Amino acid sequence: MKNESTGKLQRILESGGFAVTAECGPPRGADAEIIRKKGELLKGFVDAVNVTDNQTAIVRMSSIAACAHLVTMGIEPVMQMVTRDRNRIALQSDIMGAYSLGIPNILCLSGDHQSFGSQPEALNVFDIDSMNLVRTVQTMREQGQDMSGFALKGAPRMFIGAAANPFADPFEYRVMRLAKKIDAGADFIQTQCVYNLARFKAWMKMARDEGLTEKVHILAGVTPMKSEGMAKYMAKRVAGMDVPEGLIKRMGGVAKQKAPEEGIKICLETIAELREIPGVHGIHLMAIEWEDAVGPIVSEAGLLPRP
Amino acid sequence: MIVGAQKPIAEIKQIIAPYQKVLILGCGTCVKTCFAGGEDEVAVLASALRLACKTEGQEIQIEEQTVERQCEDEFIQESARAAGRNQAILSLACGAGVQAMARRFTTTPVLPGVNTTFMGVLEKPGLFTEECSGCGDCKLAVFGGICPFTRCAKKLVNGPCGGSQNGHCEVSSEIDCAWHLIIERLKALGQLDNLRVYLPPKNWAASLSSGPRKLIREDHML
Repeated sequence: MKNESTGKLQRILESGGFAVTAECGPPRGADAEIIRKKGELLKGFVDAVNVTDNQTAIVRMSSIAACAHLVTMGIEPVMQMVTRDRNRIALQSDIMGAYSLGIPNILCLSGDHQSFGSQPEALNVFDIDSMNLVRTVQTMREQGQDMSGFALKGAPRMFIGAAANPFADPFEYRVMRLAKKIDAGADFIQTQCVYNLARFKAWMKMARDEGLTEKVHILAGVTPMKSEGMAKYMAKRVAGMDVPEGLIKRMGGVAKQKAPEEGIKICLETIAELREIPGVHGIHLMAIEWEDAVGPIVSEAGLLPRP
Repeated sequence: MIVGAQKPIAEIKQIIAPYQKVLILGCGTCVKTCFAGGEDEVAVLASALRLACKTEGQEIQIEEQTVERQCEDEFIQESARAAGRNQAILSLACGAGVQAMARRFTTTPVLPGVNTTFMGVLEKPGLFTEECSGCGDCKLAVFGGICPFTRCAKKLVNGPCGGSQNGHCEVSSEIDCAWHLIIERLKALGQLDNLRVYLPPKNWAASLSSGPRKLIREDHML
């Protein structure tokens, strides 16, 4: 059933390894050097790098172009693609274009609503949803057809990712939604940042009980916090985020200049616990505008060398 | 019903500024129900404009009339004489009414006095909510009678996004998460299994996306 595509991420996960991915946000501008610098900081420490697609609805260099820059550096990208900005015609076209540029992985998302961004006057698209996007990529890969059933001259054989947020409501529905994403064609899942380990463990148990961890590779999201302010911001302002009060207090309990160190310590403790959870096949390290923290975290966590 | 809200008076003043004789024409159906353009609103707006113009020393004659519906020719006819006496018509109907009036009165400018906002319901006194976007391909049977294409800010077909918290939409805590409502409703109906089924992309061909639509009923044509 699985394709013979050759991405490193896919090889590691399918051979039973523990994967490490990181995130890289493209610049608000056309300077490719910024992407290359971020790439240099991540190279060798992770198996693949997610490139965000106009995250928080703020206009940035396109994910597809930033991915292509990483490919030229020998870094494997995971192209994030949201359904907010493109209709099905543009999505399919970009998927084929991305694969032709050597981008082997895709993460299918609906995307942050444009009202969060810098241009809330924009019209959104949402022609299809993230579930439909997963199925579309799967159909292109497995059947070699576009959404109209047209036989493609060269199928984009992408490894398909989807997101899951164990911290959103209604909680009991979240595993049902995960099952649906797997049925639609997801090969791997990257979760929202895990701070509330108790809730994450409960979600993972439900996923295991449904047999879902046998069908999909779950990469748990982790984000090191830099300051108490960041912890508070994420707790209050970021949609679908669950930062327990205890962690905010812990970040506030150290001197300001020691806070990044504390954030990394919390992150390492979280990674250690996540590795013990059956069914967690990797971590997705989202060090937001803090890419130089990724190397030390991965090293300190004992996840080096990467295969 | 169609829900709208009267434009701010400053904008209305700007729109009618080039004219000295204006007919304010109300509509007695939808916009009356949502207090935007019925007989009462016509009277209040006319008084406010007269007062404002007088204060600023501007000459203006305002005539008031309200017809049952500005979207039907039969009722539009009733305003023909008043329309003939004025230089412009300020319509307090929805956008459909404004355009039906403009189609009828080809040499008189018909100006909008209302922002038409949505198709919705009166949820409780003073609160109107959007419920339908007229997509032309109703799927309410699957969703327990709650429309995600209208009421989910991302038009999601296959369940809630990761931003749904405590029953609220990520866009605003003032907005109910449509998917939360759908799940609760399907639970109550014992139909939660509906949500296990993958739903294919929506066919938007029946919507405004294909251009303005027509409904033809040959059995009612003369």
